[in-house]
Amino acid sequence: MVDAILAVLQRPSFLTFVILFLWGFYIMVTRYNLVKKLIGMYLVQTSVIFFLVSISVKKGATVPVLLSTTDPVIAASYANPLPHVLTLTAIVVGVATTGVGLALCAAIYQKYGSLDEQEILERLE
Amino acid sequence: MIFSYEIILLLLLLITAAGAIMVKDLMSSVLLLGSYSFFLALVWAWTGAVDVAFVEAVVGAGLATVLFLLTLFRTAPKDTRLRRPLPSLITLIVFPLVGVLLLYAASDLPGYGDPNSPASVHVSPTYLEQSYQDSHTLNVVTSVLMDYRSLDTMVETVVIFASGIACALLLRRHG
Repeated sequence: MVDAILAVLQRPSFLTFVILFLWGFYIMVTRYNLVKKLIGMYLVQTSVIFFLVSISVKKGATVPVLLSTTDPVIAASYANPLPHVLTLTAIVVGVATTGVGLALCAAIYQKYGSLDEQEILERLE
Repeated sequence: MIFSYEIILLLLLLITAAGAIMVKDLMSSVLLLGSYSFFLALVWAWTGAVDVAFVEAVVGAGLATVLFLLTLFRTAPKDTRLRRPLPSLITLIVFPLVGVLLLYAASDLPGYGDPNSPASVHVSPTYLEQSYQDSHTLNVVTSVLMDYRSLDTMVETVVIFASGIACALLLRRHG
């Protein structure tokens, strides 16, 4: 038990990831306002990306831009570039999907005059 | 061993996220979300992921905030339901359970900043060592994104194109 708590405290970025992920997910599930739900979705997306980027960190390493073209590269002195590449794609796709969600919100508002889930359900009946 | 700047940045990250969640006015909520994105970019620049930080500052903080604001200008900028009913029992049980399980799994993760973590020893050194010979680009992230995984990047633009078409079709009728 104590070991588990110590392991969490030694990884503050993982603790931040868990808080952001669960809080955003909770907002997605419980709030009635559709824009608020999308804000929660954005938090979930960025928290997962945050976790992936925190994997790539190496202690004492610099950014993954080579310092010299002639010397042999020591891999331990540069941060791991692969999670960076994959998350670049994920950020852009995440914002694109959020944009589609917001367009859906605008279309729903124009049809039903509300962004509240319960009110929309009442007007659907 | 714990890095003080990082703790401060992570706290700011959590505070801005909490603000974006708790504020009733959706306009200020969206602006707080933009500042959250900027702090996220700052954390990433601090941990050495500069390319990701650039993209988050431009796309996350810039474009996403603009999209949210455009939606709010067309719709209602208030979260009108002031009183929220208590969440259901399943929600109250499942979310703490998932949180405890995730935190319990933390002890099996490789240590923070460990150069010998599994993600950093398998193929990643090969990319770092070979990318200059293969693509003559100093930035390894660029060479992986644009050379080794260029098909992936191309199909990503297809996804963005599709989402743009979806937005245009959804908003077409009302101009």
